[in-house]
Amino acid sequence: MKRIVALVGNQNCGKTSLFNQLTGSQQHVGNFPGVTVERKSGFIKQSFIQPEASNEKNLTIEVVDLPGIYSLSPYTPEEIVTRDFLMKDKPDAILNIIDSTNIERNLYLTLQLEELGIPMVLALNMMDEVTAAGNSVDVLKLEENMQLAAVPISAIKGDGISELVQRLMDIAVNKKKPAGIDFCDIGPVHQAIHSMTHLIADHCEARGLPARYCATKLIEGDKIILEELGLNENEHDILGHITTEMERDAGTDSAAAIADMRYAYIAKVTSDCVHRVGETIEQKRSTKIDAVLTSKYLAIPIFLGIMSLIFYFTFGLIGKWLSDLFGAGLERITGIIDRALTAYGLASTAHSLIVDGLCTGIGSVLSFMPTILVLFFFLAMLEDTGYMARVAFVMDSALRKIGLSGKSFVPMLIGFGCSVPAVMSTRTLSSRRDKKMTIFIIPFMSCSAKLPVFSLFSMVFFPEHAALVMVCLYVGGFVMAVISALLLKNTAFKGKPVPFVLELPAYRMPSLKNMWLSTWEKAKDFLRKAFTIILTATLVIWFLQHFDTRLNLVDDMSKSMLASLGSLIAPVFYPLGFRDWRLATALVAGLTAKEAVVSTLAVLCGATGAGLSAVLRTMLTPASAVSFLVFTLLYMPCVAAFAAVRREIGNKDAVSAMTFATGIAWITALIVYHIAVLF
Amino acid sequence: MKLSQLVPGKCGVIKNVGGEDTLRHHLLDMGLTPGTRILVRKTAPLGDPLELNLRGYELTLRRDDAEKVELEQPDDPYSCRACSAAACPYCKGSAR
Repeated sequence: MKRIVALVGNQNCGKTSLFNQLTGSQQHVGNFPGVTVERKSGFIKQSFIQPEASNEKNLTIEVVDLPGIYSLSPYTPEEIVTRDFLMKDKPDAILNIIDSTNIERNLYLTLQLEELGIPMVLALNMMDEVTAAGNSVDVLKLEENMQLAAVPISAIKGDGISELVQRLMDIAVNKKKPAGIDFCDIGPVHQAIHSMTHLIADHCEARGLPARYCATKLIEGDKIILEELGLNENEHDILGHITTEMERDAGTDSAAAIADMRYAYIAKVTSDCVHRVGETIEQKRSTKIDAVLTSKYLAIPIFLGIMSLIFYFTFGLIGKWLSDLFGAGLERITGIIDRALTAYGLASTAHSLIVDGLCTGIGSVLSFMPTILVLFFFLAMLEDTGYMARVAFVMDSALRKIGLSGKSFVPMLIGFGCSVPAVMSTRTLSSRRDKKMTIFIIPFMSCSAKLPVFSLFSMVFFPEHAALVMVCLYVGGFVMAVISALLLKNTAFKGKPVPFVLELPAYRMPSLKNMWLSTWEKAKDFLRKAFTIILTATLVIWFLQHFDTRLNLVDDMSKSMLASLGSLIAPVFYPLGFRDWRLATALVAGLTAKEAVVSTLAVLCGATGAGLSAVLRTMLTPASAVSFLVFTLLYMPCVAAFAAVRREIGNKDAVSAMTFATGIAWITALIVYHIAVLF
Repeated sequence: MKLSQLVPGKCGVIKNVGGEDTLRHHLLDMGLTPGTRILVRKTAPLGDPLELNLRGYELTLRRDDAEKVELEQPDDPYSCRACSAAACPYCKGSAR
């Protein structure tokens, strides 16, 4: 028998740690239908489930990890997804995890969850920190006050997990619903809730909705619930009447009155069962750490230092070592396949398809793995320690000017390394508008794969000022990102920015297991989602390179379909000052990976090194070389990045993002060319 | 007096929360209800947003949003560090 348990809690309450403890590495990651909010689920390890404890045979418990939320209001996609899941999918039980060092605010969500009438268990996480500070929570009294089963745990250390599972099983199997709390001694609001519950009881029953929950939400002014219930005109009037009367008695509006009622109840509960001597060790430590990390003069330099270090490790030290290792391994395997096929005497076309097409394609997918693994390991570390929230705090003011929030800064910065992980890291942005806009401007951050193109052209055309040209390109890309953001903010993304209300969690030691699981999950996700797109693109380019328009196999790439395609689109670049079809062809080939621009040019010109430089000088003037560089800097990123964008914001928006980048690239190159010609 | 006018290191008590629907609801959900004591811990290096301490946790809020939060008019906003001062008129040292 399978039972489904929803794991619900605030952000930063240790939800992911608990999920990892419960399920181990058997996790399935997907999306909630229709939105790009991540849906993670997994089965509770059988070692926790003792069959003799329940009468059911083959009991399995699936845990669905819902997004971290603070309330069941209908304002963010995360909140809506959670509400829909709880009300429509009707899990067998809710496992509500709370941060016991911050019990007041965490219980606010608990009170709302209880109104849903779903069997529920409370996991009191970080209890070890509470006791270490000399504080205490009377669990039995809390259970009595909240009418819920509560189990103290430490998700990071793994304490109390098996007891938690036992209680959860008992409650899920025996369908023990929470008794429900009356707020009778808390003033005029409870009367309104009672009248409202009576009013809508029939509607709720007909639709299978929890009446008590709907009643409080209606008083709060929840429009989604109102629509769902389909009240008649008379009932609408009564509803309005109940609310106005309550507002008059409470002396405040309904939303504030309900929030106040919940917090007042919680204050009563905590004064009864929480004994607080002072802040926890972690909280005191965080204040001290923040005195440095978010201080006026040190905050930004330290942040840039940390990011440089991560970049150095990712793209330099560890990343390079891993890449080389990967590369060498792949080369060997390709070599073995190559020799085996030659020995077998396979037809040369099929041979080339396997070695140049398939192996190269798989190689290019895998070549992203070291970067993704290393980078996301460090990002997981920043996230789990609590530093990421500080970055948003420190950088918010700057990003706000371009219509984004501080949370977009890290993804943008990662764009300088590689667009693929940059796009993937926008998943932490809660606002869909911010997320889309960030993804639109990430391609302008010049990624490391464009470096070979820049260095080749600047060495050939501006040998004396090569370094300056490179710096200008990087800065130029950043400036274009800012200009584009301003443009988008006032046109396509006019919508209101989501309020920036962010919790700064206490700094905590991250757990290696959690960081590794989160890293591995990202890598797996990339492999699964990008594999087909990248492989197909590589095969298409291989096909275009090796056949002419009459499908004859060609030895000389200049007679291939790719060359014909290059010649066909070359006129598009005439206004930009570069007329040679080989440059157009190289730009098309650059869609598989930006390094391919240089290698394709080398093949097409039949020259490398000094020879290639000489040919390039005949193709371009310094002015048109600048224009070519600007276009390369800004035009659409490689297919791997496209695959990542598509995964995050869907096909339609992904195509818009690519068109936008290429359009901006063309216009900017045009302007730059005409200015450069003047000199 | 508005929350955005409170200087770092001073605390006040919330009188009411304004602003448009989404923001207002969000603030109420996060515990900024009337009668709650709130401390402005610091401002971000670039002057915005603010770091606040309320109900035992740290929250950041932009100045523009903090402007929507009205505080009780104190004669003299009490200076305290995370309200550990026993003489604080708002928490009377209970947070210690």
